[in-house]
Amino acid sequence: MLYDEGEYSTTRRTLTASAVLLRRLHLDGPLLAALAAVAAFGLFVLYSATGENFAQWLRQVEYLVLALATLVALAQVPPAWLRRVSPLLYALGIVLLVVVAVHGTVGKGAQRWLTVGPVRFQPSEIMKLAVPMMCAWYLHERPLPPSLRDVLVLLVIVAVPAALIAKQPDLGTALLVASAGILVLFLAGMSAVVIVAGVAALGAAVPVAWHFMHDYQRNRVLTFLDPSQDPLGAGYHSIQSQIAIGSGGVFGKGWMNGSQAQLEFLPERSTDFIFAVIGEELGLLGQLLLIGLYLTVIGRALYLASETQDTYGRLVCGSLALTFFVYAFVNSGMVSGILPVVGVPLPLVSYGGTAMVTLLASFGVLMSLNRHRKLVGA
Amino acid sequence: MRRSVRIKDHWSEQRLFIGRILFAALAATALLLVVGGRLFVLQVLKHDYYVDLSQGNRVRLEPLPPDRGLMYDRHGTVIAENTPAYTLELTPEQVADVPDTLKRLAAIGLLEPEQVPALDRLIRSGRKFEAVPLRLSLTDTDIATFAVRQFDFPGVEIQTRLARWYPYGDAGVHALGYVAAISEDDLKHIDRDQYAGSLLIGKIGLEGTYEPELHGNAGYRQVLVNAQGRRVDRLGGGTVKLETRPPRAGNDLFLGLDMRVQKVAEEALAGRRGAVVAIEPDTGDVIALVSVPTFDPNKFTRGISVREYAALRDDLDRPLFDRALRGAYPPGSTVKPLMALAGLQYGVIDPNAAHFCRGYFTLPGSSRQYHDWKKEGHGMVDMRKAIQTSCDVYFYSLADVLGIDRIHDALTKLGLGKATGIDVGGELPGLVPSSEWKQLKYKQAWFPGETVSVGIGQGYLLVTPLQLAHAAAILAGHGKNFRPRLVTAVRDATTGVVRKLPPLAEPMIELKDEHSWDIVVEGMERVTEAGGTASAIAHGASYKIAAKTGTAQVFSLGANEKYVAKNVAERLRDHALFIAFAPADNPKLAVAVLVENGGHGGSAAGPVARRVFDAFLLGKYDAAPAAVLKTD
Repeated sequence: MLYDEGEYSTTRRTLTASAVLLRRLHLDGPLLAALAAVAAFGLFVLYSATGENFAQWLRQVEYLVLALATLVALAQVPPAWLRRVSPLLYALGIVLLVVVAVHGTVGKGAQRWLTVGPVRFQPSEIMKLAVPMMCAWYLHERPLPPSLRDVLVLLVIVAVPAALIAKQPDLGTALLVASAGILVLFLAGMSAVVIVAGVAALGAAVPVAWHFMHDYQRNRVLTFLDPSQDPLGAGYHSIQSQIAIGSGGVFGKGWMNGSQAQLEFLPERSTDFIFAVIGEELGLLGQLLLIGLYLTVIGRALYLASETQDTYGRLVCGSLALTFFVYAFVNSGMVSGILPVVGVPLPLVSYGGTAMVTLLASFGVLMSLNRHRKLVGA
Repeated sequence: MRRSVRIKDHWSEQRLFIGRILFAALAATALLLVVGGRLFVLQVLKHDYYVDLSQGNRVRLEPLPPDRGLMYDRHGTVIAENTPAYTLELTPEQVADVPDTLKRLAAIGLLEPEQVPALDRLIRSGRKFEAVPLRLSLTDTDIATFAVRQFDFPGVEIQTRLARWYPYGDAGVHALGYVAAISEDDLKHIDRDQYAGSLLIGKIGLEGTYEPELHGNAGYRQVLVNAQGRRVDRLGGGTVKLETRPPRAGNDLFLGLDMRVQKVAEEALAGRRGAVVAIEPDTGDVIALVSVPTFDPNKFTRGISVREYAALRDDLDRPLFDRALRGAYPPGSTVKPLMALAGLQYGVIDPNAAHFCRGYFTLPGSSRQYHDWKKEGHGMVDMRKAIQTSCDVYFYSLADVLGIDRIHDALTKLGLGKATGIDVGGELPGLVPSSEWKQLKYKQAWFPGETVSVGIGQGYLLVTPLQLAHAAAILAGHGKNFRPRLVTAVRDATTGVVRKLPPLAEPMIELKDEHSWDIVVEGMERVTEAGGTASAIAHGASYKIAAKTGTAQVFSLGANEKYVAKNVAERLRDHALFIAFAPADNPKLAVAVLVENGGHGGSAAGPVARRVFDAFLLGKYDAAPAAVLKTD
């Protein structure tokens, strides 16, 4: 019996063709699909969270296109090349951070920006990629788990940029940069004893850190501990976002119907506190859906990391996947009131081009490292 | 270290890595579950709590002030109404620096610098979210001045409000009273919720006394506000149910007052200081309640300036003073009909017996002469003639026979020495002396000589024009006694039902002999006949007037000095008084007139009463030809 070829496999051929295209472009289909789902959900929410500001929404779409292009472009870069530029990228990042500290543009009370001609960017964003890449580069030819000496060297590699960024001041980015580096150490198999000791040391360092903190940072910590102390000042964000989430209930008040968000009681509604808008308008279900999507992204990315064949690739991929988790956890934790208020955006949902590009760029790097398979085992 | 060189072991490294990845995946899932748990707490367990908080965040109550009740006179003419006015209002919570804002408003001429401290205190004592009126009535120039600088004054706005308007201006102001901006003091004893959004409150007169009736009840409207407290109409794509409770307007008052008669009386007294009270004897309804000089209450409702208020307050003629209710004057000879009634009631005098008046009276065993106003005396006078000619000697003698305590009892029964209970606040009781009173007050015994003075309405005796009119109404009604009142009916604002208030009948004043009323009234009728002290005022009248003139000393003369008006400074001249009712055979109106320092009652106060009668009884509202004057 002959197959009716015309009727059989249009879908299958399309799928096959897509798979081929993806493989050629060194892209991972499931991860890309999960990222697209998060981004689409984000755009849906953002339209409401901007108060139907279509121009702003369209800018976010442009950022998304730019970020996707960056992802695809970075995925084409050969892993070996990425590995080799790691120390250079790191060094460049340090230099730029120093330049920013001396010459940067001040915006929103912090000195974060560097203006070169028409381009204005934050060198700290480079570090979100450069620090894990540098750490992995340092470790990839050394025996693992890392020796104590290696751990100390890496801690310095992480601490220098993190300190420069924290001083800008930009606590959120410093936290993300530091965690990206430390996650490399963790994935490299740093001993549990060292981790426990490190956590203890951090605890001991709290009073020291307190001493070096800016007033606004101290206030955030104090406010986190008791938001009602200053309901109209520093505690306002926290209180209003919890009111927004709590009043949303299981099903939410409906898209574009959140009074906290639409009447601007909720500050930073389209950026850092957009998670509260989701809670108010789409309810617990909307937030759980997003958390589910995030878990899908993280799970797939960790799976890809575990599949990656070389040490450098594994460490970078694992670190980037977990950094994405840190984004999601810190932001949702702070908006729901279990973490202090730190300037970390909700990944792929908060309005803003920089974070969008940086995040998708990291997934571009991840795909590059994972999808350029060597035909022969290393 | 024992192993100085470690060899990379890819297999173990990979196993280690995968272990870590698994651990991380589990940790990430666990931490995100913690977030999920927190969300469950917020959205499910504490949902109701946060719903309440978000309601409070976005819904604010905006007070809806009630419309103040109107006032009508007896012919249904509106005499107090509400008209739109532009006000300048400040909402404290939206103003960063209140004193500075007030200073800058004063600098551009919208406030007087003198007002600033008081306004500042007022703003401080109010609620933060309730607008405080800075100016009650802005002129077009003011509005333009503010409009171009509005951006400099966040939290200050021009609003359209209903403001009180008295179309007759200064007419009847002491009866109607006025409303003015709610003061710091008022805030202490009003229900602030009922006055949320109200700018004005009744201060004196009917506006003050009937405040609860006139004000009504405030309503409210829920409005959506954004985080800046600004009102927004729309919320996202949805619609939100907002509650509105309409205000209940104040009730309307119907007065017995006849605004045209009131105007006539005020015109008749124009340029003088004095009072007129006209009462309908059959009901106690006050037809006119005049105190002059008057002032324009609209100044108060539109926001009186400090200077204007000071000018009124410091005016020597005291326009703010309600002479009709609060002015206590010696009644002079107007008390004589009441003394006659007392004499008849106690049976101490035969009305028909003639007594000889030789021009003065002496107490037994004393050489002090109490002079009659007519130096040569009235000759033989009986009670009717004594009233007609206002013979002092007759009443000196009568008073002496009665004694102060019987006089006290009789006059008190006729309504003197105590508040009449009129339905407008602020009335003073006057004074009817007694020996007991003097003992209490001065720790002294009463002297018979003092009784003699009281007999002609001098001495300690003090009455208000309202009390005189009330007494005149009792005489007119032969003892029928109604409590004077201004408001005769109230219209419920919501149902529109007019509730008529029955006249407030007091116990009839019973005399031993009903005929006594006729004797006294006959004497009063003769006052306006030829030979009476007010015969001139009856000239050309188509109805009969029963009256009594009075002249009260302000200034004591030496024992044998003769009072010569032109020698005495204007403010020390005698007060002119007059009581009357007409038509004498079927009285429709009783009137008391007081002209401060007016001289003789018959000539200064009498014509005023005549014009009031002409206006009320005949509908003649234009000025009557000047009456020919005759002395008391």
